[in-house]
Amino acid sequence: MTDRTAGQSGEQAISTTGLVKAYRRQTAVAGIDLSVPRGAVYGFLGPNGSGKTTTIRVLLGLSSATAGEVRVLGRPMPRDLRSVLPRVGALVEGPAFYPFLSGADNLRRLDAADRDAPARTRSVRVARALERVGLTNAAGKRVRAYSLGMKQRLGIAAALLGPRDLLVLDEPTNGLDPQGTREVRHLVAGLAADGATVFVSSHLLAEVEQVCTHVGVMSAGRLVAQGTLAELAATGTSRLHLLTPDGGTAAGVLARLGLDGAIVDGEDVTAVLPASAVPEPEKIVAELVRADVRVRGFTLARESLEDRFVALTGEGFDVVR
Amino acid sequence: MSADQRAPREAVPDAGDGAGLPSLRGSLFASELRTLFRRRRTQAILAVLAGVPVLIAVAVRLSSADGEGGRGGPPLIDRLSHNGLFVGLTALIVSIPLFVPVAIGVVAGDTIAGEANLGTLRYLLVAPAGRTRLLLVKYAGAAAFCIAAPLTVVLVGAGIGAALFDVGPVPLLSGDTVSVPESMLRALLVAGYVAVSMLGLSAVGVFVSTLTEIPVGAMAATVTLAITSQILDALPQVDWLHPYLMSHYWLSLGDLLRTPVSWDSFGSNAVLQAGYVLVFGALAWARLTTRDVLS
Repeated sequence: MTDRTAGQSGEQAISTTGLVKAYRRQTAVAGIDLSVPRGAVYGFLGPNGSGKTTTIRVLLGLSSATAGEVRVLGRPMPRDLRSVLPRVGALVEGPAFYPFLSGADNLRRLDAADRDAPARTRSVRVARALERVGLTNAAGKRVRAYSLGMKQRLGIAAALLGPRDLLVLDEPTNGLDPQGTREVRHLVAGLAADGATVFVSSHLLAEVEQVCTHVGVMSAGRLVAQGTLAELAATGTSRLHLLTPDGGTAAGVLARLGLDGAIVDGEDVTAVLPASAVPEPEKIVAELVRADVRVRGFTLARESLEDRFVALTGEGFDVVR
Repeated sequence: MSADQRAPREAVPDAGDGAGLPSLRGSLFASELRTLFRRRRTQAILAVLAGVPVLIAVAVRLSSADGEGGRGGPPLIDRLSHNGLFVGLTALIVSIPLFVPVAIGVVAGDTIAGEANLGTLRYLLVAPAGRTRLLLVKYAGAAAFCIAAPLTVVLVGAGIGAALFDVGPVPLLSGDTVSVPESMLRALLVAGYVAVSMLGLSAVGVFVSTLTEIPVGAMAATVTLAITSQILDALPQVDWLHPYLMSHYWLSLGDLLRTPVSWDSFGSNAVLQAGYVLVFGALAWARLTTRDVLS
């Protein structure tokens, strides 16, 4: 993937510069610079209410941006909406259908709405999309009788009606059981393998971590981190844990090595290692031993992506704004 | 659409690059019509409208059966017992002030607000349907319903009238008598007149529908406007306003029941309705093409 992440906008499936969306009372998106390389599976993460769906609405031309530039598949939006959107499949803020129509009829109607979609191949494409999400047996059933998970699948099927260069999936696993979540993950991986760019939003890192190549993290309307999964993990910190009766001396040695703020609690000494310019762990141990610190235990734990995510977005259950 | 029509249409290639008339089959408009008329609610509205001539015919039939000769009811109603062809016409005229505007209000008020309420509006726009195109299709669907509603009343009326009463040459308001086929043609003409009369209200309804995400609100507002218009039209104090009220010519269909047919009120009505369509169509367009779709 890395060879495809070159920076020109032609190589970007989605790029925004200084994108702002302000409502009368609040700023939902406060100037973000998204950069989604073609062919990437981009996990758009952030807690509920962090501005993910608002951003997606602007990307798809449903809302207008208050300020900033938006390019999708290399074209400015919403100016080139008509030529861009037929190549984009989207699931926005949950599925929505006509409850009195069958699943297949709902897809037919959406397909008819796309001027570029040929009517002749409609039935075939609808059947194929339904098959892809495992809804073939429920195709003739009214959507009123669908479960939430089935509606979610039908929404994904709608996004797959035509050949797409970009898929924008907003919380695609909402309402799905673990089995369905796994299937969606497979589906996303399969779509990416076919060469499509997938932009998938989620408030759960674990759901997208396994399939993403790139990640962007939103918090309170700002994009607080963006990059490849490896880059994001690398910017994380590590935690050092030392077991020794000589806490005071050890803290002094650590401070000398540039690890300020070690906390001594009985025999436990903990310190946070910054991501960059850290002395190798074995060197730290050697220095401790040289200072006659009795090292009884030494562990270095790399922060998980989950910890990183929480560090970026905050742990709180409360809605930030 | 019958099976024999299907084969040649299949052979017609796609409408190229917008050159020529795109085939209706498989178009968004066809989908709109299917969605509208296959919906239970639409069918229920049409059933209620169809109930009006049935109710009138049955009531008159029963009363004339005991009374023999009638007790001097309204002249038009009285004529029913002599000629069943009057049933459809009478039912339509009775429905114009309330039943038909309510039906139109429900359908037109639902056009955009209903899609917004379901959330399907965002998916249609992302498809992309195009906001202007979607508005045109939605209005065309509402206009098709404007035709379907009076047509239902007239046709069901003719059917039930023929079943319960005698059918024969029909005396017109001008005193002439026309044959049965000619009278059917006149009935269809009246249905067409009512359809045209409702185009303005439909445009108002579609505009109101772009303002909200609550379809019931848009429907109620549209029906309220239709009734307000009729009330104002009945107040002599605002007679300067009368020619501009959308309901002003709603009941002026007597001209179509004379020989020769006088097209004056038809023309005035058409011009007035076209004005409403233009003004409220433009307002709806301005609103829909600039609004953030947040539902």
